[in-house]
Amino acid sequence: MKSYEAIHQVDLTVPFLSLSLKNPVMPASGCFAFGREISAFYDLNRLGAIVVKATTLDERQGNASPRLAETPAGMLNSIGLQNPGVECVIREDLPYLAIYEQLPVIVNVAGTAIEDYVEVVKRLSQVQSIAALELNISCPNVKCGGIQFGTDPEMAAEMVRAIKAVANIPVIVKLSPNVTNIVEMALACETAGADALSLINTLIGMQIDVERKRPLLANGVGGLSGPAVKPVAVRMVYEVSSAVHIPIIGIGGVMTGVDVVEFLMAGASAVQVGTANFVDPYACVRIIEELGVWCDEHGVQSVTELIGAAKPKIGV
Amino acid sequence: MALVTISSHTRINADLYELTFTAPMDLQTTRYEPGQFLHIRVTDSFDFLLRRPLSLCKVDLLHNRLTVVYRVQGAGTKRLSTKQVGDALDVLGPLGRGYQIHKEDHASLLIGGGVGVPPLVELARQLHELGQMVHAVVGFQSSQQAILLSDLAQYGSVTVLTDDGSIGKKGIVTDVLRTEFCNGFDRYYACGPTPMLKAVQQVLRTADLPGYLSLEERMGCGIGICVGCVHPIMRDGHVANMKTCKEGPVFAAEEVVFS
Repeated sequence: MKSYEAIHQVDLTVPFLSLSLKNPVMPASGCFAFGREISAFYDLNRLGAIVVKATTLDERQGNASPRLAETPAGMLNSIGLQNPGVECVIREDLPYLAIYEQLPVIVNVAGTAIEDYVEVVKRLSQVQSIAALELNISCPNVKCGGIQFGTDPEMAAEMVRAIKAVANIPVIVKLSPNVTNIVEMALACETAGADALSLINTLIGMQIDVERKRPLLANGVGGLSGPAVKPVAVRMVYEVSSAVHIPIIGIGGVMTGVDVVEFLMAGASAVQVGTANFVDPYACVRIIEELGVWCDEHGVQSVTELIGAAKPKIGV
Repeated sequence: MALVTISSHTRINADLYELTFTAPMDLQTTRYEPGQFLHIRVTDSFDFLLRRPLSLCKVDLLHNRLTVVYRVQGAGTKRLSTKQVGDALDVLGPLGRGYQIHKEDHASLLIGGGVGVPPLVELARQLHELGQMVHAVVGFQSSQQAILLSDLAQYGSVTVLTDDGSIGKKGIVTDVLRTEFCNGFDRYYACGPTPMLKAVQQVLRTADLPGYLSLEERMGCGIGICVGCVHPIMRDGHVANMKTCKEGPVFAAEEVVFS
């Protein structure tokens, strides 16, 4: 078993909201389940934080198979928010993660109507072990699965206000790239009270099974992720971080430590790792290690020096 | 997960390859089950990102090696087929739940179709070692796709069927699964394309023979985190989408729900 034990000199801690993350790397929602499977590979305390699978009010079985397709340097998924429902998550999954005392737990919340989201957040607010919520208003794979809130700035703002009214912990809003103007969406969420933003969710795509003359995924469309989407994500992080004053988590195709450097330089305070976990169960700890090595090699003392480093310097 | 070394890689029929490599674990001390799979990267570059799940086919305890057999079906497996002896191979596993072996049984019926045949070889070996009578019924499109017949024949009798009759009898596996024939067995173990599994489940339910089906769905991570490879399974009177990589790929036949 590989260890990827820390050997670097750099200080990897980053302040994020009221937390001090031990490093800026966390698995993305839907790419790590609730942590149990990966805990067989390494100690989850080594992660900056964990974002668990999207949680809805009631249990969901998700979409029909096939739900996955490989694409050049990426993949499409149409899972459709399969999850056991918030009560089961509170009863079985969150207590399991609570044993990892140095692991901030972020719960991703999804739903159909504002009332569903509000109810899930009310119930999660009873749980002591959660550090923050991530509002999924950007899932492309379910009808009325939240993305309508993620593509209309007024609806997004209404959702954020409703959640902020009941949440007793910070609220991160996860943005969809499937919009004309992501900066407008980001500003709407910030004005409505979002504490942070995470971006991007997947890009809507399709693959055709040419032998069968029909879309390969049973759901027709799916969300594109992996290295193929990284340039889109970096551009959006750069633009949004230049416009808002709240912290940003960059997401999209992070496979290596250098990818983390790129997102931080674009203005992210932390990153989420998604598809890479499917390729390599050790991806997150390997990436943390690679980030440390890169910083050492480049004379970086604290990883916070990298945040926004690619932006034009004011007054220069 | 381990980088292991390829010790042999041969084309065994039209588009079919047999790949042998050092086991990622010590086979003498680590538990594994027939029907489990190895999750293999076809390249270390990003163009083909996802691993390919390939069933454990043969085990060489003496040299601590594993063998898988695969068909070149697309560009990813085409890339895999270019790997040479001595090359490194990125292997995760064995993963999943394999076939449960019932030591009390006397006779087992193995049913395979196409590239569903490979896991039956290690299963047949283990059943044979326990002194069970093993009979394999295997179907292929044609002689061009027939594989592993002599391997299966080491452990019991083999009935071969092909769509075009180019080898064995002309027909499909369910043609020979008549109730009188099935009465001679305690249990069946099947692996193959979904239409075959569905037909086998139906026929052997009528024959009242219990068994196992190894399912194939498009798989992502192989370890249960992406929830991509689900199949509807009936358990405790309730149908749920279960992960074929983690809760499967082998399920008790009566639990599997086909649409």
